[in-house]
Amino acid sequence: MKKKKNVLPGFGLSMGITTLYLSLFILIPLSMIFIESSKLGWVDFWKVVTSERVVHAYKISFITAFAAALFNGVFGLLIAWVLVRYSFPGKRLIDGLIDLPFALPTAVAGIALTTLYAKDGWIGQWFSAIGIKISFTPIGITLALMFIGLPFVVRMVQPVLEGLEREVEEAASSLGATKGQIFRKIIFPEVLPALLAGFSLAFARGLGEYGSVVFIAGNMPMKTEIAPLMIMTKLEQFDYAGATAIAVVMLVVSFICLIFINFLQKWSQKHVLQEE
Amino acid sequence: MEKSNNSGRVKGQKSAVKGVLISLMLLYLTLFLLVPLIFIFVKAFEQGTAVYFAAITDSDALSAIKLTLLVVIITVPLNTVFGIAAAWCITKFQFRGKQLLLSLIELPFAISPVIAGLIFILFFSPRGALGSLLMDWGIKIIFSVPGIIIVTMFVTLPFIARELIPIMQTQGKAEEEAAISLGASGWKMFMLVTLPTIKWGLLYGMILCSARAIGEFGAVSVVSGRIRGMTNTMPLHVEILYNEYQFSAAFAVASLMSLLALVTLSIKSFIEYKTEKQQVGE
Repeated sequence: MKKKKNVLPGFGLSMGITTLYLSLFILIPLSMIFIESSKLGWVDFWKVVTSERVVHAYKISFITAFAAALFNGVFGLLIAWVLVRYSFPGKRLIDGLIDLPFALPTAVAGIALTTLYAKDGWIGQWFSAIGIKISFTPIGITLALMFIGLPFVVRMVQPVLEGLEREVEEAASSLGATKGQIFRKIIFPEVLPALLAGFSLAFARGLGEYGSVVFIAGNMPMKTEIAPLMIMTKLEQFDYAGATAIAVVMLVVSFICLIFINFLQKWSQKHVLQEE
Repeated sequence: MEKSNNSGRVKGQKSAVKGVLISLMLLYLTLFLLVPLIFIFVKAFEQGTAVYFAAITDSDALSAIKLTLLVVIITVPLNTVFGIAAAWCITKFQFRGKQLLLSLIELPFAISPVIAGLIFILFFSPRGALGSLLMDWGIKIIFSVPGIIIVTMFVTLPFIARELIPIMQTQGKAEEEAAISLGASGWKMFMLVTLPTIKWGLLYGMILCSARAIGEFGAVSVVSGRIRGMTNTMPLHVEILYNEYQFSAAFAVASLMSLLALVTLSIKSFIEYKTEKQQVGE
């Protein structure tokens, strides 16, 4: 069959602008990271990324980002559920407020959370009364990442919940399924891909987050140093090669996350298509 | 409520679950979103309005505000042109490597802001070919205003494109094709057919882009060098004040940015309301 000719104008122009812009701002600068790290050589690269302080920073970043994404998964699902299924006064306002972490500069969030959750802060004093320190501990880092990652899960799950057909649930209910069964067997499998995608987005964001964390972390070596801060520290010592080595490891982890998210989105699309 | 009435009991259970879930959500959002937001303003005015206005009219604060505005004025229009061009070629034409292009556009979201800053430090390093050439010409990029603008463009690059792509995808191209076959010029078609359908999404993307450009901290802090009155943006100014224990002043400048964030959210809600009405109208 002969292909229909596209009559729309501007392909060359728009494609030219897009590729030029992407090459100048993303491809060429990003390639510098790999050129720079290849200068280092395998032995030195390995030495930098396995040094005790760096490994500890990776661990802190990884654990706090994972814990925060997990919390966001649970509460994100809850918030999305409430916003989609129930009506109550002030719902629109709350729905709008969910995006606050996207709109608020991270440094502003950082200083507000640090002061609030410090041991004499508005909220921190209640926790310090029962012996829990939040600011300047890994708990504080997790808390900041929970703030930053809150909208991801909600905004991924919300449209899926909205698209669910109520008839299926009603049918299950009339066949004698309990509320718990309906949720486990009908609703949860439907929202799972979106939930996992939201989780991975929050996790990836948490791994790289800097602005909100530096204030609340306290940045004590071997205790509350995160991976992006290690890059910052190396840069301040003009150790560009070392900073690059740490960055390469983080980039690889982020790309794996990205591929996983892509895979999930394809999987859930296929899932929907099969049903249709 | 009668105990023997089965449906009544189920209803009672249902509203109990509803009540518990709604209160859990409200508690969570109050602790995490509302209290921090209110706290910023309380802290900002803690030492009175005189201190507040002194903090935001201080000469360093004013130059930070000016620099931040300059960054927004340059970044947003350039990213708008890119966003429209990228969305146009991706949604209206078929070509190889489209998926790759989409992934590249999303890339800045997956990269830590600190790494974004690092990339450009390496790129313009005086040890590299480009860096040494620029140094010979006496052009300074890193630890200077151009560097701040370039990293901000990198970090905010996806916002407008990713708002426009889904809208233009669902719109299809039949209307534009009709306009062209009726003899409209490319420009006329864009202004009269394309732009009206994408205007709210475009506006929303531009607002998100500006919000991020104003608030970007990690990437900017890597390349800025933090020279007061010269290369300090608003978030960096907040950091300096905070680290100098000038808490009221730090929160005063922070409250300005929080106000902007609230304006962003209101415009977003307004746009959502508008597009909902548009859809219902159709």
